Amino acid sequence: MRWLLALFLISILFTAGCQTIPKDAFSLSPESLAQRQMQTRKYETKDEAKILSACAGLLQDLGFSLDESETKLGVITSSKMRSAVNAGQQVGMVFLALLGGGIMPTDKEQKMRASVITQPVGEHGEYIAVRVTFQRIVWNTQGRVTVSESLIDPKIYQEFFDKLSKSIFLEAQEI
Amino acid sequence: MKNNAVLVTIVLSLLVTGCATTQQRLLDSDSSQVQLRSIQTRAFDTTDKEKTLRTIMSTLQDLGFVIDKADSTLGTVSATKLKYYALRMTVTVRPRGETQLLVRANAQYNVKPVTDPEPYQQFFTSLEKAMFLTAQQAD
Repeated sequence: MRWLLALFLISILFTAGCQTIPKDAFSLSPESLAQRQMQTRKYETKDEAKILSACAGLLQDLGFSLDESETKLGVITSSKMRSAVNAGQQVGMVFLALLGGGIMPTDKEQKMRASVITQPVGEHGEYIAVRVTFQRIVWNTQGRVTVSESLIDPKIYQEFFDKLSKSIFLEAQEI
Repeated sequence: MKNNAVLVTIVLSLLVTGCATTQQRLLDSDSSQVQLRSIQTRAFDTTDKEKTLRTIMSTLQDLGFVIDKADSTLGTVSATKLKYYALRMTVTVRPRGETQLLVRANAQYNVKPVTDPEPYQQFFTSLEKAMFLTAQQAD
């Protein structure tokens, strides 16, 4: 009987090793519509290439390097590496070290990704919708991933589209 | 008592040998090619490849994915969802006969292939809503 129990425990341990995909990974979340609205603006033009090139210009303004693009489908993907060192964590680490807790790993660097998709919308395609999405992955001083997430702060998107309007204007003026 | 100990040893060694060759995972030889295709593929009554690809991208975005790359000639889109897990997906579109397109999706959850029918079914349910077309089983 004891052996059965041991077997049972061992098999549980092995099963715990196999993570399965969360049930909601492929279903629309209640927030998805609001997020789509936050991440999308439309511009009154039929010239998708012009909007796409303004987006590329803006991503460069923001310090991203373009990774991939497909003009026919209205796709630009870009990324940048930045430091992820934050003061709060550093202070915390120093305190812990002083208290004899040893040196804890802290966040070191992050990869930030931006992906812009454009699409003709409206009854006769008289608008171009621009949807941008951001992600980041943070690594700590031991090279482990500590954060991997989508960025959904409305302020980011507000600022992005303010700047995009400027970029479209500047490129129309050929500045 | 002794028999039980032998049994446990055998079970454990079986579990360990399962992990012995990690090279095998290159071709994921343990899964059935035909079955996987039928789980991952649906047919749609349209021939507009570009529009289908665009709809796939917006569906993926609605599901929280960020598009990694796309190719209209090849008819492929790749995207990643990060939510304290990494879900990577490639969707391909190719013509089937004169009137249909075949859409195939495959997903990878962290370091594992997704082989359950359920997640794919959910994906195609979202996609057919966005396409305004029914996803038909294609076999």
